[in-house]
Amino acid sequence: MTSLPDTSAAGQKKLGLVIDLDTCVGCQACAVSCKEWNDQGMSAPLSDRDPHGADPLGVWLNRVHGYEAGEGAEAQGVYFPRSCLHCEDAACVTVCPTGASYKRAEDGIVLVDPDTCIGCKLCSWACPYGAREYDQDQGVMKKCTLCVDRIYNDNLQPEDRVPACVKACPTGARHFGDLGDPDSAVSRLVDEREGYGLLPELGYKPVNKYLPPRRRDAAAAPPSLASLAGEGDGLTERFFRWADRVLSR
Amino acid sequence: MHPAYSVILFTSLSGAGYGLLGLLGLTAGTTTSLPGPGTLIAAFLLAFLLITGGLLASTFHLGHPERAWRALSQWRSSWLSREGVLALATYPPALIFAWLAITDHDGGLLRVLGLVTAFLCAITVVATAMIYASLATIRQWHQPLVVPVYLAFALASGATLLLGFAVLGGQMQPGHLILAGGTLVLALLLKTLYWRAIDQEPLDLDMGKATGLGHLGRVRQWEGAHTAENFVQQEMGYRIGRRHAGKLRRLITFGLALALLCVLLTAVLPGSLGAFGVLLALAFTLAATLVERWLFFAEAQHVVTLYYGAERA
Ligand code: SF4
Ligand code: SF4
Repeated sequence: MTSLPDTSAAGQKKLGLVIDLDTCVGCQACAVSCKEWNDQGMSAPLSDRDPHGADPLGVWLNRVHGYEAGEGAEAQGVYFPRSCLHCEDAACVTVCPTGASYKRAEDGIVLVDPDTCIGCKLCSWACPYGAREYDQDQGVMKKCTLCVDRIYNDNLQPEDRVPACVKACPTGARHFGDLGDPDSAVSRLVDEREGYGLLPELGYKPVNKYLPPRRRDAAAAPPSLASLAGEGDGLTERFFRWADRVLSR
Repeated sequence: MHPAYSVILFTSLSGAGYGLLGLLGLTAGTTTSLPGPGTLIAAFLLAFLLITGGLLASTFHLGHPERAWRALSQWRSSWLSREGVLALATYPPALIFAWLAITDHDGGLLRVLGLVTAFLCAITVVATAMIYASLATIRQWHQPLVVPVYLAFALASGATLLLGFAVLGGQMQPGHLILAGGTLVLALLLKTLYWRAIDQEPLDLDMGKATGLGHLGRVRQWEGAHTAENFVQQEMGYRIGRRHAGKLRRLITFGLALALLCVLLTAVLPGSLGAFGVLLALAFTLAATLVERWLFFAEAQHVVTLYYGAERA
């Protein structure tokens, strides 16, 4: 059923990710381990066309962008992982004509049933975040499952029952938990660091949250090159200033 | 948005079919001036052919056309599903109506079924338009004028077809001319208003808002997430149409204006020359509709483009 479950009740479980843009270093480990896990798990296969050729096209459920914000010395680079945010008002689900797209009432995970999806791609149009990628070979839509086949998997060690991306992140920039529980570790993180959801203007109410990068303070700015010659009166500084003058002629 | 040819064909052809069928229903329901049986058979045949052909065309772009029946299940939430249900629901009353009309039945049942058919045709076209108009992710589609424009183009192409059958069947009446001319003017007017509306709307989303990094200053993309294009870029990042939007808009306007001119010529030209005029009018209307539908996709910008380097959306 592509009508959304009622998730307004207090204590409703909302599983999701909290991504720390301050610590992410853009290493792509999350994206690669996502591809690896889901290429064998319930989303398998995540088809690639011409993977080693000139014009490769493949399905990935997690993409890490690099942005730059601010001007000049103030500018800072920010790596920005982007995957399904398991929105509360997920129009990707309600537009689906077949019922293949659904949001689970018990934990809020948004999934696609590959056995009933007709591959009309309308859900990908309805997602503002580009989280859905069409599998050309299978003719069905693919998306992040929040590793539903890991997080409840009794065959895995308890510490491995987290999404593959969370497990893989070397800087601990990805946190997994219940964002419906105000006392959970992820909810507290969001409170402390003023975590935010993407594009609130569109009203999708994403469950996943992002922690903003801390503003780079002036003290952390790299030393300017000019200071090599120095301002002081020491012998070396005078020598370098002299060398600079001679060499600049 | 990438214009999928099957969808463009579907919406244009089935739109014309629903326009023609709906106008036949309306004519039967409100007047006594349906064309004679021979002309009617041809008109109904073409209407059903266009509608059915369009519906089939719309399944071509599916990953699993054999599962298309599943799309009838989610009418509670999905406009695409509603469109499918309404399209199918139109067939039974429309087929009975066609049969009654062709067998020269004229009574209450014919009128009622004619009106029911016309109504179902109209709401099917509305459902098609709502698939696009309901998407908050695409500013150029999330517009109140999208539904009226779809209806107007369906009416204009349907009315031009009806005029064609009336002329070729030698049964043209002033009403046919007024209907074709009027709906062509309506389509041109609404489309022009639509263009003005989308041009005037401020593009108030930018990369800073999309990433939530705007508070740090201007945000730009300095490293793409992947080196080759992915599905999202191919499906949602179409640019060609936006670059040529001005020219294509003039082309559509020109096509509709020429169609209108040909309708006027049909009114004054005698006999076979009139038939020639109406065929030209048909060709221009259909061409303008196809270009209009293509541009509707090509000049629509999806908000996800912001993550891929678009400045505004
Ligand atoms: S991020 Fe996109 S695919 Fe995921 S729930 Fe939200 S709208 Fe749906
Ligand atoms: S592509 Fe599949 S999951 Fe997406 S809307 Fe179509 S049928 Fe539903």
